[in-house]
Amino acid sequence: MDPEHLAQLESALDQVTGFIYPNEIELQWSILIVIYPYLTGLVAGAFILASLERVFNVKEIQPTYRLALLTALAFLIVAPLPLQAHLGHPERAFEIFLTPNPASAMAMFGFVYLWYLMVVLLLEIWFEYRADLVRWRRNEKGLMKFVHWLISLGSRDVSPAAVAFDRKAVQFITIIGIPSAFLLHGYVGFIFGSVKANPWWSSVLMPIVFLCSAIVSGISLVLLIYYVTSLLRRKKPEMSCLNTLAAFLLYALIIDLSLEALDFIHRLYESEESIEILEQLIITKLSLSLTIVQILIGTIGPIVLLAARFSKLPDELKRMIYFIAALLVQVGIFSTRWNVVIGGQLFSKSLRGMTAYKLELGGQEGLLVAIGLLILPFLILALLIKILPPWEEAKTEPEPDEAAAPESIAQPSAVA
Amino acid sequence: MGKTYQRREFLAELLNFPGATILLGVVGPVKLLAAEGDSYDPTEHYYAMGIDVEKCIGCGKCVEACKLENDVPDEPFYFRTWVERYTVFTDGEVHVDSPEGGIHGFPPIASDKEVLRTFFVPKLCNHCDNPPCVQVCPVGATFKTQDGVVLVDGDYCIGCRYCIQACPYGARFLDPRTHVADKCTFCYHRITKGLLPACVEVCPTQARVFGELGDRSTPLNRMMRMSHLEVLKPHMNTEPKVFYAALDGEVR
Amino acid sequence: MDKLLAQIRGWLAALRPRRFPVQLIQLGVIFAVVVVAVFLLRKQFIPASFGELGHYRTAAVASNAALEPRYAGWQECAICHFDQVEIKNKSYHRTVSCETCHGPASGHANDPIELSPVVPEGRKPCLACHGYLASRPTGFAQIIEERHNPVRACVGCHDPHDPTPPEQPQECSACHNTIARTISISHHAPLACEVCHQVPPEHKQHPRAHLPRKPFEREFCGTCHATGATPPSELHGVDLTLYEIPRVDLSTHGGTFVCWQCHYQHAPEAR
Repeated sequence: MDPEHLAQLESALDQVTGFIYPNEIELQWSILIVIYPYLTGLVAGAFILASLERVFNVKEIQPTYRLALLTALAFLIVAPLPLQAHLGHPERAFEIFLTPNPASAMAMFGFVYLWYLMVVLLLEIWFEYRADLVRWRRNEKGLMKFVHWLISLGSRDVSPAAVAFDRKAVQFITIIGIPSAFLLHGYVGFIFGSVKANPWWSSVLMPIVFLCSAIVSGISLVLLIYYVTSLLRRKKPEMSCLNTLAAFLLYALIIDLSLEALDFIHRLYESEESIEILEQLIITKLSLSLTIVQILIGTIGPIVLLAARFSKLPDELKRMIYFIAALLVQVGIFSTRWNVVIGGQLFSKSLRGMTAYKLELGGQEGLLVAIGLLILPFLILALLIKILPPWEEAKTEPEPDEAAAPESIAQPSAVA
Repeated sequence: MGKTYQRREFLAELLNFPGATILLGVVGPVKLLAAEGDSYDPTEHYYAMGIDVEKCIGCGKCVEACKLENDVPDEPFYFRTWVERYTVFTDGEVHVDSPEGGIHGFPPIASDKEVLRTFFVPKLCNHCDNPPCVQVCPVGATFKTQDGVVLVDGDYCIGCRYCIQACPYGARFLDPRTHVADKCTFCYHRITKGLLPACVEVCPTQARVFGELGDRSTPLNRMMRMSHLEVLKPHMNTEPKVFYAALDGEVR
Repeated sequence: MDKLLAQIRGWLAALRPRRFPVQLIQLGVIFAVVVVAVFLLRKQFIPASFGELGHYRTAAVASNAALEPRYAGWQECAICHFDQVEIKNKSYHRTVSCETCHGPASGHANDPIELSPVVPEGRKPCLACHGYLASRPTGFAQIIEERHNPVRACVGCHDPHDPTPPEQPQECSACHNTIARTISISHHAPLACEVCHQVPPEHKQHPRAHLPRKPFEREFCGTCHATGATPPSELHGVDLTLYEIPRVDLSTHGGTFVCWQCHYQHAPEAR
């Protein structure tokens, strides 16, 4: 047994107020489980933003479409890692695919994740990039040529018919993808919302609140990444795009805040037996992370800032404001996840007392690992951007000979 | 010494002794014979427990026996069973405590305030008929047996701890040595051999009554007929199979 | 070589229905391979006994049942120690199992010479159950350690296998010490137990079988507390004229309730 762990439990024992069941001294879901819904929310949000452009034809955010797809992919790859790292037996994780319990919300994770990764995100990216991959390959050498050949699965057909099919396929996948993205994050909300033993989690609104905050976090992340990558590339971010993103972010924030408020008022009004301990929880343990960070800094602050979208301020100033607002939103959404996951474990299911969570620095479930897992998606994104440049100028145009003399494989009629 | 005295030999020697006939007349033969490899059929049993709150003296023997019998970690953060003390003061305040799960008993009530009523409540896994822990286990590593006991498959559990979150009673913990979920098994290894769970065996006041649900004449069925029974957190609809007699409304 | 490949591709292309996009076929093949591989692998790795009786490994039931008991159960003890068990099972300790005090004894049962169970010593093991705690049920035998023959070992007077005290208690407070303490600081302190209770002498040997009599009418309390009642001026050597006895009109006070539904006789001034 790990003596350090025991010492930590001893010190937690001193911080218990009121009565908690003796087994509750150990807090089961650590910061890693905070990161998991945070990352998944970013995935779903980024994808939903990308879909806006395709399905609802919002031309202004066109420059962020591919970037949003890659962002979603980068974060989706990392999303299961904190779960995996948190398991008591990571080497047994495959059992979820082997013998998934159909009654378990968590068992369905594997399938929702796989569906989203394989059927939605990878396919959409593949169809979106396929023609470009084929054309990039022609002027490349060495490793990159091989990588692009591999990613395109050896595809060569860039005839107008094939490209048109790509476009249709992307359209179709996006339409499937929107409910899938809703499913992905709504389901994460369901994992918490369906725990009837925990009054802080158990709420039918939980999946919807999760979804809305996911959209908020996704839009703000794409805005941040678009802004920063533009700066890094010494390009001026398109103001119309930023303005549209800011407007969407503002609307999503308002819906998110309304839902949270509805949840709060509903609990307060119904005033069930848990209301006293939840009140205590909010007043004492979560006063900083909920009231100050999540609501004031993370939601109301950005709403006020983003209202500048409709002002006559100069563009430079607006850009700065958007950037700050999007940053604050990220901080706010992270503390939203914290307040749900950690907050839900700080009070006893006896509803008679509270315990404490001490974040360790090192160790498998420490702060350092958490920070690493938050940085990792950006590294993956950088790699993805390198391999699949999402910029407008990287897009290829059909070369004149393609339409005139299509490749033989592309047009069976040509062979016949 | 060399060779240790084994029980069978010891008994064999004892049987040559005149007193042995009396012994077999009193308790022996049924038990002795039943121990010899009789097969156990889980479909013929359906277990439950009754707890008479008015009989519990808070001695903590059950907690100690459980830890010893089931090799539960010694540290006071891991319990398959524990005892809580409720103290209701005349001003309406309710104080609950369970120092080290009650394994070493309880100190006198610390407060000087006037006490309205006070009592002990033993707790353990309720072996719910509708167990939320089984519902949420992603891989099927916790399950309800045919004889109605909720068990953990320690060789298959992935240690995700969703079951610990889903249990409304705080009856589960993560074993720090094996990193898998652990909880009361009703001493499955004992009851399938015809023994009582360790906590029931050592309870000096019969506050814990173990038995089977059904039409047999058992202490449990008698208790269930004669008492006003309550289960913990009935609104959770978990259908617990640990039934409490004389349970106070303050108990959660 | 390239020509041959191109030729094959051409044939394949000819087989395909017209205008069916090539990229879809590529993907379809990859998907099919992955799906089939996953299915085959899954079949391979599912544990043998999984799903026989439910969504779990049946083998886990057996591994749970396979543990060795450490508490043998009192019947096992009785095989050898039948004399003690017989005494105990007739005493107040009849519900107490051997291993409650002596600890887990499977080891001893299997190897009686080498392994011995615990023999409790001193007062502490007895006090674990019999030390006074307010939360213990009324009627359960409890002592206040400091007052009950301090320092002397319990086993000096009580046989743990038959704990009935060898001598009859002289005072009621020997057993009813909670009541004795309560009444000693109440207005009823001057009253001896016998004022209200008639105690059959057998009660001191068989307390449950011969219960003391308790008052059952309002009028009993009324002999002192009714308006116009004339209580004796002296009771068991106490001069009652020294006290101002509260009086109530029994015809109106308390309605249909009897006195002890509101007042606790051993501390009548308490709520």
